Amino acid sequence: MPRKTMIEAIRDAMDVSMGRDEKVVVFGEDVGFFGGVFRCTQGLQAKYGKSRCFDAPINESGIVGTAIGMAAYGLRPCVEIQFADYMYPAYDQLTQEAARIRYRSNGDFTCPIVVRMPTGGGIFGGQTHSQSPEALFTHVSGLKTVVPSNPHDAKGLLIAAIEDPDPVIFLEPKRLYNGPFDGHHERPVTAWSKHELGEVPDGHYTVPLGKAAVRRPGSAVTVLAYGTMVYVAQAAAEETGIDAEVIDLRTLLPLDLDAIVASVKKTGRCVVVHEATMTSGFGAELAALVQEHCFYHLEAPVARVAGWDTPYPHAQEWDYFPGPARVGRALIETMEA
Amino acid sequence: MTDALRFHVPEPEVRPGGAPDFSNVPIPKAGSVPRPPIDVDPRDIRDLAFSIIRVLNRSGEAVGPWAGLLTDDELLEGLRHMMTLRAFDARMQMAQRQGKTSFYMQHLGEEAVATAFRKALQPGDMNFPTYRQAGLLIADGYPMVTMMNQIYSNEADPLKGRQLPIMYSSKEHGFFSISGNLATQYVQAVGWAMASAISGDTKIAAGWIGDGSTAESDFHSALVFASTYKAPVILNVVNNQWAISTFQGIARGGAGTFAARGLGFGIPALRVDGNDYLAVHAVAKWAAERARANFGPTLIEHVTYRAGAHSTSDDPSAYRPKAESDAWPLGDPIVRLKNHLVLRGVWSDERHAQAEAEILDTVIAAQREAEKHGTLHSGNKPSVRDMFEGLYAEMPPHLRRQRQQAGV
Repeated sequence: MPRKTMIEAIRDAMDVSMGRDEKVVVFGEDVGFFGGVFRCTQGLQAKYGKSRCFDAPINESGIVGTAIGMAAYGLRPCVEIQFADYMYPAYDQLTQEAARIRYRSNGDFTCPIVVRMPTGGGIFGGQTHSQSPEALFTHVSGLKTVVPSNPHDAKGLLIAAIEDPDPVIFLEPKRLYNGPFDGHHERPVTAWSKHELGEVPDGHYTVPLGKAAVRRPGSAVTVLAYGTMVYVAQAAAEETGIDAEVIDLRTLLPLDLDAIVASVKKTGRCVVVHEATMTSGFGAELAALVQEHCFYHLEAPVARVAGWDTPYPHAQEWDYFPGPARVGRALIETMEA
Repeated sequence: MTDALRFHVPEPEVRPGGAPDFSNVPIPKAGSVPRPPIDVDPRDIRDLAFSIIRVLNRSGEAVGPWAGLLTDDELLEGLRHMMTLRAFDARMQMAQRQGKTSFYMQHLGEEAVATAFRKALQPGDMNFPTYRQAGLLIADGYPMVTMMNQIYSNEADPLKGRQLPIMYSSKEHGFFSISGNLATQYVQAVGWAMASAISGDTKIAAGWIGDGSTAESDFHSALVFASTYKAPVILNVVNNQWAISTFQGIARGGAGTFAARGLGFGIPALRVDGNDYLAVHAVAKWAAERARANFGPTLIEHVTYRAGAHSTSDDPSAYRPKAESDAWPLGDPIVRLKNHLVLRGVWSDERHAQAEAEILDTVIAAQREAEKHGTLHSGNKPSVRDMFEGLYAEMPPHLRRQRQQAGV
């Protein structure tokens, strides 16, 4: 089976979708001729023409606003916001428009759009190229929020998102574009070509939205993670020798609560990990759900490891990033509690 | 020594207690503005962004190059649409005062804008309206009972009680779901038009915005995208002089006119007498033909006056002279079209009075029918279950759990 980087897998998903359905159009800043700053759309304009893949003005509310209009017409736009940090001008269009059009019109109009955006830090992007705003989307009724962690899932989830009848936010952990980064920034990164989840089937397949995956089975403690933190959590488990079960949520909304509850009831312990800031982060929702549904199985308080509640700094990037050492400490503390 | 900087806050000409003054609104003579060919170079018609296209003169005659597009029957139908909208508004305004709904927004003085515009579009074209374009629905034959059911949020409300009154939606009638946010729909209209062009279709879109909301960044977004992709879209600005209590100068700044905003984008921009049914229709038709012929977007500023309150929650006497509406130099759209039809010999005061009575009967009959299905505070309502339905195509598990918790 061919192995691909996450960038190639994402591109392949759009290629397959555009090939199957002429209603799928792709646009965003630098997306057309150049193929995107991360090259996720490279070659799509040459293959499908300028009407199906084109450059947009630097105007995120315009990109999402026009995509909503296109979806109302009957197209299936898959647009790129160059960095998740740039999505704020589009937030009004996403939260008050895309998310609610089906509901407020009672299905008279719908909004099948996908808004892709690279998320997370670890590339010395500073405070405007490193953010993880997923909780700002999961808090909004009417959106779906997806965070893939590997090329295989990225392709299958993106095709599923494009085919979904409702608006989907597709957050791409940019530190995973080229390999399963585990937080050890001082070491060379393994390439996806050397990882089994870099195996990306040709052609059409989907990974269903709302289904988590167990990345590392274990019996001592459950780690709930998504995106880059899946690999950080696995590294922390290996390095501490704790038999942690690492669950890759893949989709934050709809959330696979059944998979979470089954694992925590089995292990009796839970550590929630994300790169986004702690306070009011998605981890708060996860911790609340775990205590609601698994309280009488818990042997220890649910722990959270997250980005500090500061803007993402530049020079102090690796002090900010919740790496394997911090996750490992939380695992040990949770086991000792 | 350098003078201290001065901070400038624009003010309207007069405030309550003062004498209305529209001397700052120059009104060109009807028939004086030329009608360019639709393939005109936008640079050659920049003047049109600073004038006002008018067809009906003070004597009620239709004059000049924009006249002559509508038959007697079409004009009589237009008059009926405007009268219907006014009667509908009066009844619903009263229904709100009677506690039958929470909120209403009327069109008083602006009836020509949307009713005349609608007749310049074709089936399948799509409007992205604001809250003051119900004339689009009336002129397209959308049932008044359905509008009232929505206003009452009753059991027959097509939107299941989820939306504020008057935030209609009808794909069938080319009327995109009204948001209630301002300006967001403007750029969506451009996207819809881009999609039509991408698909090789022949349909066009129309965006709507008020003078105040042109200050929103989505207005700029819409013009950038419309200009860049030459989208087949008509960008309407309804300048009714007032954004709730804020006079139009606060949004307009030093631009002179709202139409002038289009010029920097290379978008042809025309100002039209929004109280002149024939002028609105003629300019809309020009813009629609242009869009359909692949010449791209047109910006139309409809110069009108909001004779009523912004909404049932507003009291204009607190911020503008009471008699200002009477002093508005472009008159009343219904009176003007009526006078024109009388002059044409196809209408009379008697027939007008008779039509008024008939229309009122029709509106009251529709209201009775709607009220059989309930009003906001009495009778049957959409179910609580409807609150949970229809957010997603398929209800996600967390919402299903919440619905169960709610006991529905």
